[in-house]
Amino acid sequence: MTKVKEKTVSILVNNKPDVLARIAGVFSLRSFNIESISANITKDPRMTKIILTTRGNQVNLDKIEKQINNLVDIVQVNDLTKIPSVRREMLLIRLKVSKENQKRVSQTIEKLEGKVLSKEGGSWIVEITGDADDIVNIIDQFEKFGMDDFTRTGTIALEQIHP
Amino acid sequence: MKLKGSQILLKALQEENVDTIFGYPGGKVLDLFDELYQSDIRHILVRHEQGAAHAADAYARASGQVGVCLVTSGPGATNTVTGIANAFMDSIPIVVLTGQVQSYLIGSDAFQEADITGITRPCTKHNFMIRQIEDIGQTVKDAFHIARSGRPGPVLIDLPVDIIQMEIEEGELPVVTMPVEKSYVPSVTQCQEALALLARAQKPIIFAGGGVVIGKASQELRQFVKKVNIPVTSSLMGLGAFPASDPLWLGMLGMHGTYYANMAISNCDVMLAIGVRFDDRVTSKVDAFAPYARIIHIDIDPVTIDKIIQSHLSIVGDCKPTLKIFNDLMDSGRYDIPAQQTADWLKRVDAWKKEVPLGYCKGEKIKPQWVIETLYRLTEGKAIITTEVGQNQMWAAQFYGFDEPNTFITSGGLGTMGFGLPAAIGAQVAYPDRLVVDIAGDGSIQMNIQELATAVTSKLPVKILILNNSYLGMVRQWQELFYGKRYSHTNLPSYPDFVKLAEAYGATGLRTDKPEEMEAMLLKGLNTPGVVVMDFLVEPEEGVYPMVKPGASLDDMLLK
Repeated sequence: MTKVKEKTVSILVNNKPDVLARIAGVFSLRSFNIESISANITKDPRMTKIILTTRGNQVNLDKIEKQINNLVDIVQVNDLTKIPSVRREMLLIRLKVSKENQKRVSQTIEKLEGKVLSKEGGSWIVEITGDADDIVNIIDQFEKFGMDDFTRTGTIALEQIHP
Repeated sequence: MKLKGSQILLKALQEENVDTIFGYPGGKVLDLFDELYQSDIRHILVRHEQGAAHAADAYARASGQVGVCLVTSGPGATNTVTGIANAFMDSIPIVVLTGQVQSYLIGSDAFQEADITGITRPCTKHNFMIRQIEDIGQTVKDAFHIARSGRPGPVLIDLPVDIIQMEIEEGELPVVTMPVEKSYVPSVTQCQEALALLARAQKPIIFAGGGVVIGKASQELRQFVKKVNIPVTSSLMGLGAFPASDPLWLGMLGMHGTYYANMAISNCDVMLAIGVRFDDRVTSKVDAFAPYARIIHIDIDPVTIDKIIQSHLSIVGDCKPTLKIFNDLMDSGRYDIPAQQTADWLKRVDAWKKEVPLGYCKGEKIKPQWVIETLYRLTEGKAIITTEVGQNQMWAAQFYGFDEPNTFITSGGLGTMGFGLPAAIGAQVAYPDRLVVDIAGDGSIQMNIQELATAVTSKLPVKILILNNSYLGMVRQWQELFYGKRYSHTNLPSYPDFVKLAEAYGATGLRTDKPEEMEAMLLKGLNTPGVVVMDFLVEPEEGVYPMVKPGASLDDMLLK
């Protein structure tokens, strides 16, 4: 049986303006959503590493991986769901903090190893990292404290040993 | 010495051995056309940019070289999109050069601006926009390499006019580096496993596809079949890969395949599929395709492996070296298939051939199949045939026996009406001395009829054979079978008068509706110098059979 599962892929590409559009095109053609995407330069500035997460059945995901591999500016595709790797994402949260809840908020941030980045007019910006499941739980916790808004980087990941 | 961008481009094309370009000038490519004015490169002036793309595509199919077309920005570029998509679906190597507005105007909705790299991203193998004059040489080198390497396909280069007009000192041009050639030779072990599986087969079949033709592996396939004595079928794109005159030939399989090819596929126990992608017109109902077969799939493109049909054994490799390894291994004698092991199967295949041969009933009107059979006889099977799309195409595939690769030029994957005439032009440019015949219908010929002017003025003596049934015949056939004969908008009144139209373009026009005149007129048309349009008024409601109903299994065919 094929199951719907999350897949994280690491795609090393030539640093060209349209390469992201080409990769996105492969996903959209097969009606796949890209759940998160992060792209940045690598040790070699001519190359970009894209970490992308998507959800779908494994058979179709494997087909997409092959199609991406066929694109001209692709250097390497690694399926990080199949390789031991560390996956993290970062969360920025904006909260309204009052005298009443300040202590509890601070305790929670400390417990989660978060960092307060700014305190302007009773609004705090907090930075926390975790894996995708952690982040969902953390958002739930802060909801109770009157969370105003949040933004997530999406997953970034690195193989545990050189692939 | 200073060089203009346009000069660098043309030089780069000549380094790729380009001797012919199909094109149409316009505002943003004036400098390139100015260079062409004094160049050795032959330019074929089409009458619509779609025609340029199709002609370049057919030139590539006939010659095995990369086809090139050159058009202006905006509408010139968008008019090539159908042609590009057509080449993409059939894995044909073409390079499309499009003009573009000045680089500083891109994105500003300038006059005749179109985001052609964006538009063609899903239907090109790759595309480029040149952003600086220094990149021209390398981009052209890379484009041709990408177009022809691996699984071939169309590549587009977008050329902003300011870059083309710019000048640079020749000494300042960067050195063009050769792209890395990837190897597409499979391991011998994989080939041994495949042959071991085949050697155990009692009901083997070979299914050859367009990859054998494009991969120039036809000779290797013939040698292999001689060694293994296995019946061969092919997809539409694979016609000519194996000689139709060979007793082991089963004809095409699929929706309009022969009864015996479809029966053999449905009953085989091992299928060797070479250079195929299992298109839905081939497989029909995927779950019921070759239900008893262990499938060995060979293709150069890993994406095609297990895309539609799960293979039992797959080889990612170029058909030609793969078959070469097969042939060498066969010579070791270790993979021989004992004759008695397949004797019953070969008898059964022959029985199917006799049971329902390809055929049609003679009638009071000209039968389109009969015209093609006669064309085959008169040309001794040696013409290069292009087709439009629909019934004319299927009858050509069924009734013209292709013995050689690259002689059947048809729009397989995209099914592009209007392909045949510009394709005939491209094929005639590739082979000036060969007879090129476009087998057309009265519907699709009108989709690029303006190219008659190209053929006449460029002195390309193509022959156009219209099977005129005053219908969009294939759609009408579906309406007859599946929509209760409600012929909604498929009836084409007998306009234009193709004879007068041919004459208006400076070609010869001939017409008949009489069976007794058919052969004489065909002979006259083929022997008349220059461009000839032969308008055969055929039985209007003739259908293409066998036909596998959409969604049915291959052994479930309508035979009449």
